[in-house]
Amino acid sequence: MMNDLLEMSPTAMLSVQDIHTYYRDSYILQGVTLDVDVGQVVGLLGRNGVGKTTLARSILGLTPARQGRILFKGNDITRLPAHTIARMGVGLVPQGRHVFRSLTVREHLQVTARAGGHWNFEEVIGLFPNLRSRLRSLSGMLSGGEQQMLAAGRALVGNPALLVMDEPTEGLAPLIVRELGRTIERLKRAGTSILLIEQQLAFALRYADVIYIMNKGRIVHRCTSGELRADAEIKARYLGV
Amino acid sequence: MSPPHLKHLGLWPLGAVALVTALALLGLPYVLSTYHLGLVVQMMIFALFAMSLDLLIGYGGMPSLGHAAYFGISAYTTALLALRLNLNAWLALPAGLLLAALTAVLFGLLALRTRGSYFLMITLALSQVVWGIAFGWRSLTGGDDGLPDVPRPTLGLHLPWSLTDSTPFYYFTLLLIAFAAFLLVGLVGSPFGYALRGIRESETRMLALGYNVWRYKLAAFVLAAVFAGLAGSLYAYYNRFVSPDYLHVTRSAEVLLMVILGGAGTLIGPAFGAVLIVLLENVISAYTERWLLLLGIIYVAVSLFAPSGLFGLLRYFLRWRATP
Amino acid sequence: MSALVINNVSRNFGGVQAVSNVSLSVDTGERRLMIGPNGAGKTTLFNMFSGALAVSSGSVILFDRDITRLPAYARARMGLARTFQITNLFPRLTVLENLLLALLAVEDEVHSLYRPVRASHSTTQHAKRLLNQWDLGAIAGKVAKEISYGQQRQIDLVLALASRPKVILLDEPTAGLSAAEVIRVVGMIRTLPRDITILMIEHDMDVAFDLADRVSVLHQGRLIAEGDVEAIRNHPQVREIYLGVDDE
Repeated sequence: MMNDLLEMSPTAMLSVQDIHTYYRDSYILQGVTLDVDVGQVVGLLGRNGVGKTTLARSILGLTPARQGRILFKGNDITRLPAHTIARMGVGLVPQGRHVFRSLTVREHLQVTARAGGHWNFEEVIGLFPNLRSRLRSLSGMLSGGEQQMLAAGRALVGNPALLVMDEPTEGLAPLIVRELGRTIERLKRAGTSILLIEQQLAFALRYADVIYIMNKGRIVHRCTSGELRADAEIKARYLGV
Repeated sequence: MSPPHLKHLGLWPLGAVALVTALALLGLPYVLSTYHLGLVVQMMIFALFAMSLDLLIGYGGMPSLGHAAYFGISAYTTALLALRLNLNAWLALPAGLLLAALTAVLFGLLALRTRGSYFLMITLALSQVVWGIAFGWRSLTGGDDGLPDVPRPTLGLHLPWSLTDSTPFYYFTLLLIAFAAFLLVGLVGSPFGYALRGIRESETRMLALGYNVWRYKLAAFVLAAVFAGLAGSLYAYYNRFVSPDYLHVTRSAEVLLMVILGGAGTLIGPAFGAVLIVLLENVISAYTERWLLLLGIIYVAVSLFAPSGLFGLLRYFLRWRATP
Repeated sequence: MSALVINNVSRNFGGVQAVSNVSLSVDTGERRLMIGPNGAGKTTLFNMFSGALAVSSGSVILFDRDITRLPAYARARMGLARTFQITNLFPRLTVLENLLLALLAVEDEVHSLYRPVRASHSTTQHAKRLLNQWDLGAIAGKVAKEISYGQQRQIDLVLALASRPKVILLDEPTAGLSAAEVIRVVGMIRTLPRDITILMIEHDMDVAFDLADRVSVLHQGRLIAEGDVEAIRNHPQVREIYLGVDDE
């Protein structure tokens, strides 16, 4: 199975090829390979601490891989600086929000905005109406859930071709989670590729086409979401449910 | 908490190093000249001064640019009591510490409402006020002429040695400083020391856990001042001279540099940093007057290349060696 | 007896009214869930319970004692513990040291200047036992900022429970946890003795409705509904503004 994956599919937006990543003294990613096709939503699941966030960071160039290759739209981005990768059209909704505390909500959505796609300021506010009344508030003063919405909006407004979402539903009210899910579907229809890292199994199963499961720094399973829904054994072994 | 990587070395080398150092310190007067012995006395005094500031900065997370105020106030108090009233060390020394403590309570009440850069600025300003008083109040302090001819400590005991001689004074200082260092080490390993570290890391969490954070910060502020005061009074006895230089901002900056050079939050790092700076100072000043320029260059270099100080580098090296 | 009562509590920040005239009463041993859309004022309310934030008006009463003006650390000493929505650990200390600080706070010798902590076997052993209870013993020696996000959330919870509090405020305890960890955390919360009162903010409705006795719903700073789980689950306004209509 691994050898098939190493040949880059012609429709791949993102191709991660056998990357190894270290963080300080720890050996985190021990040979990870995965693909995200154009307009595909790929779910990435696994217990806490297996390296999902490190994988996101390697793709974005924040914690570069020491070995292996990462291709984005055919270009080798493995060792490019993070800001270059972002400008090429990769967006990140980081785990834990990380909003710019001293910027207002409005400034947030202006700072990362890029033309050339569906998403602009008004569209994002339409998606997250709660933010409209907080436009002049400093981001650091928002509630946790509002910050999560803002982090997602900030990535969207850059109109990325590939969106990496690291636990975007964390702390969001059920209503907003549903809206986020609908947004993901809308993005997919418009041709945006999404790498969705999620703990909420139901959410991942519902919106992802393909699912990869990680364990101890490696990919240990790949299947469609339908297949995973039915596979109690895999779910128990790698996700503990 | 014992750094995990030191366990890889085992406790024996650590104990051996400590023993060798202790023996060396005891034996130094037999191998060094008076001048060099005096250097070692200075090193010990400034090691204590630096460790006292480390308590505040490294453990408490309260960066102060006014620590020389307590060094100087204790020095002046002890010197004046010894010089003008002929008080022996049993009175003059503790009196200095008391004045340092009282000043710290007053300054703490003012400065501890603030944090970070504001705290830095206020401590600087307050210590400059003290400097200004020492400089201007000529009738008491001698102004910038200072107080010369401060007598060496008298103990009121009939001992065959006089502390005016360099070797007895060396042992006197060694004893007091070793004791003070011992107290400091105990302090940082105690629940109080742990609480300080917690405050440094997250005041809100500490409050949520039930700690009266402000009280801990004030206590740390005062304790740091007392240890600094001890260093100051000993320095006054050693030099037999006190001047406003004891209180000047360059003195505060110098001790801050010792802490940073050695590595804040380790106690031993700043002690080592002090030894190094005293050594450099005495060697360099034989060649040039531009001591401050050198200080500045060292500060920049450390900030750029070794921000956790020399002991931070050592820790990194040991950890690197320990991983398979 | 009521564990926690608030009367007409309000809080404004400059021009923004975050909480308006909220009154509620939680019985001893109750598991009270607080839900509401993001930005409704839930965490602000928690901050006023714990003392991290002062009330603009109204009063807070803990075990029949008016604590409105009491500082946060004093409330903690009365037995009020909390977790944080945004993880709040001691980043450069090890996990064990984090826990030691929580335990030392309730020991009489917290003011001790000289008793070496390492030699205090009972406290250290207690800390290790707590970690093992949660299957977190393996990370005891790791520095807090280097453990995974999910592990940090769990330690956040262990810190709050370490002091054996009488009232505990859980601010989104399962956010960021994997499915397996959620099961474990929920299990631990469920086994907490009934003399502890729990207030909980949660967005995971499966967890929340399962644990709660009663639910209070906040919307734009006001209390708009309160009742048992079934009543709230079917409440039309709550469905409209928070739960969404079930279409699965």
